[in-house]
Amino acid sequence: MSATTPTTDAPLPGAGRLSLVRAGLELRQFLRERDAVIFIFAYPIVMMAIFSTVFGAADQGSAAQGVEVDFARYFLPGMIATGVMLTSFQSLAIAIAVERDDGTLRRLRGTPLPAVAYFGGKVVLTIATSLVQTAILLAVAALAFDVALPTDPGRWLTFAWVFLLGTATGTVCGVAFSSVPRSGRSATAVVTPVVLILQFTSGVFFAFYMLPAWMQTAASVFPLKWIAQGMRSVFLPEEMVVLEPSGSWQHGATAAVLVAWLVAALVVGVRTFRWRRRDEG
Amino acid sequence: MVTTTPGRTPARRAADATTELAVRVRGLHKRYGEKQAVDGLDLDIGRGEIVAVLGPNGAGKTTTVEILEGFRERDAGDVQVLGEDPAHADRAWRARIGVVAQDSRDRAELTVAEEVRSTARYYPAPADPDEVIAAVGLAEKARARVRGLSGGQRRRLDVALGIVGRPELLFLDEPTTGFDPQARRSFWGLVRGLRDSGTTILLTTHDLDEAAHLADRVVVVRGGRVVASGTPDTLGRPEARTPVVSWTAGGESRSERTTAPTALVARLAATAAGPDGEIADLRVVRPTLEDVYLELVSHEETDR
Repeated sequence: MSATTPTTDAPLPGAGRLSLVRAGLELRQFLRERDAVIFIFAYPIVMMAIFSTVFGAADQGSAAQGVEVDFARYFLPGMIATGVMLTSFQSLAIAIAVERDDGTLRRLRGTPLPAVAYFGGKVVLTIATSLVQTAILLAVAALAFDVALPTDPGRWLTFAWVFLLGTATGTVCGVAFSSVPRSGRSATAVVTPVVLILQFTSGVFFAFYMLPAWMQTAASVFPLKWIAQGMRSVFLPEEMVVLEPSGSWQHGATAAVLVAWLVAALVVGVRTFRWRRRDEG
Repeated sequence: MVTTTPGRTPARRAADATTELAVRVRGLHKRYGEKQAVDGLDLDIGRGEIVAVLGPNGAGKTTTVEILEGFRERDAGDVQVLGEDPAHADRAWRARIGVVAQDSRDRAELTVAEEVRSTARYYPAPADPDEVIAAVGLAEKARARVRGLSGGQRRRLDVALGIVGRPELLFLDEPTTGFDPQARRSFWGLVRGLRDSGTTILLTTHDLDEAAHLADRVVVVRGGRVVASGTPDTLGRPEARTPVVSWTAGGESRSERTTAPTALVARLAATAAGPDGEIADLRVVRPTLEDVYLELVSHEETDR
């Protein structure tokens, strides 16, 4: 900048530092919305408790093929997958739509805050909530529902990359999808059904192998099915792979589909992201 | 876009240093579908000036300001804000402007102090956040959550967030909406203080009293163009500024426009005064900015 403008002699704050500033604000705001905190952390646990209580008597799997586990263990991978989708995709799509509607984004756009720092704050919040939520879910499953957690490090490695890639894909999809609701008020109504339909068709609430073939095919287009399948490969006994429609855990395909969604949503998100409401042009 | 935007060549930077204009707009055009919102608008704002842009709703004020803020693209025209084209603005440019927009209703769970302090960190050389909070009169509310603020307090927070980066150019869009008279007066003091420290201010307002008190210059926009520009005291045609003397004589009310009201009153005292020496219902009225503005705007309307 020219030397005639004294206020700009100081260097602009770096994007990394500002991402941390934003992350601090996001976390603080999140923790102050107690109702949302309770809902996000309790929802997968409550769902698991309900389903395990209702279907607890019926083991999942096929006695004929000798592959059976109790319901809570079968249900856990789907709940982890849905938790990842809720904290990344659903939370972000709604939060950004609301912030666009109420003028937060417009105001930030009027400051020298780089866009990457705004998203950096969101990413930190998403990772933090996803981690805490999954940790609580695993603890409750192990302690209250006697689910045997894997001990093989290879499985935890699979868990790590499915979790991270799933969270990243959900985050980017959430940012891209935030432009779909026309207003902050309609955001919840637009985003929630998408998540619900995916949950029912992706092997979260119903065992995936019991769904009709066409529904399995349709769900295979979307990330949630693959995150759930990846989590099943971590938490279910190896022999249960025979219940997968493909007969394999398909780790390669899982990674490919998630990366494809990540890249596609990134391209769409960058092109369609708006800092202002639609009615502001 | 049909704009010409030379890069920041050394010659250009030298030109910036010598120019005393914070804002320079020539031939600005913006169309929304069939509606020509801005239709050949020219505007100059000198550094350190407070300029009020007035005009009826739909006159093109907001569109123009949003183009200057870099929020909206233009169809045609040359726009320089602090020596740069806002359509290609970077972070360094954003650090030099401040925006207080209308209609911000974000309901953050943060406190006033947290909002102002975090916003200050986005800027390279911000003001002291606590001083800014005190300057807008929110010191007592510094630890209150934003969502609990009243409309006027909320507006003052908007102003605090707009000025905490110590901008060279500040955009104020109807800043005192929802202020009580006392808060409005103290806000005017704050704005004058900013101007005295060298900040250029572009104010859009419907409050003509505010424009008259604050602005060094008033610009009236109508139909997407500037129809009048001048100091609050000289705006409008000379006859619009002429005082009106009114009185009652013989049970009939009379009035006369005159540039010499004192002479007229002296004449009346001699000829039209009652037995007690008083002129009945005597009033000398100097047209206010509001009178001049309304005349300008309605005058334009009849022209169309």
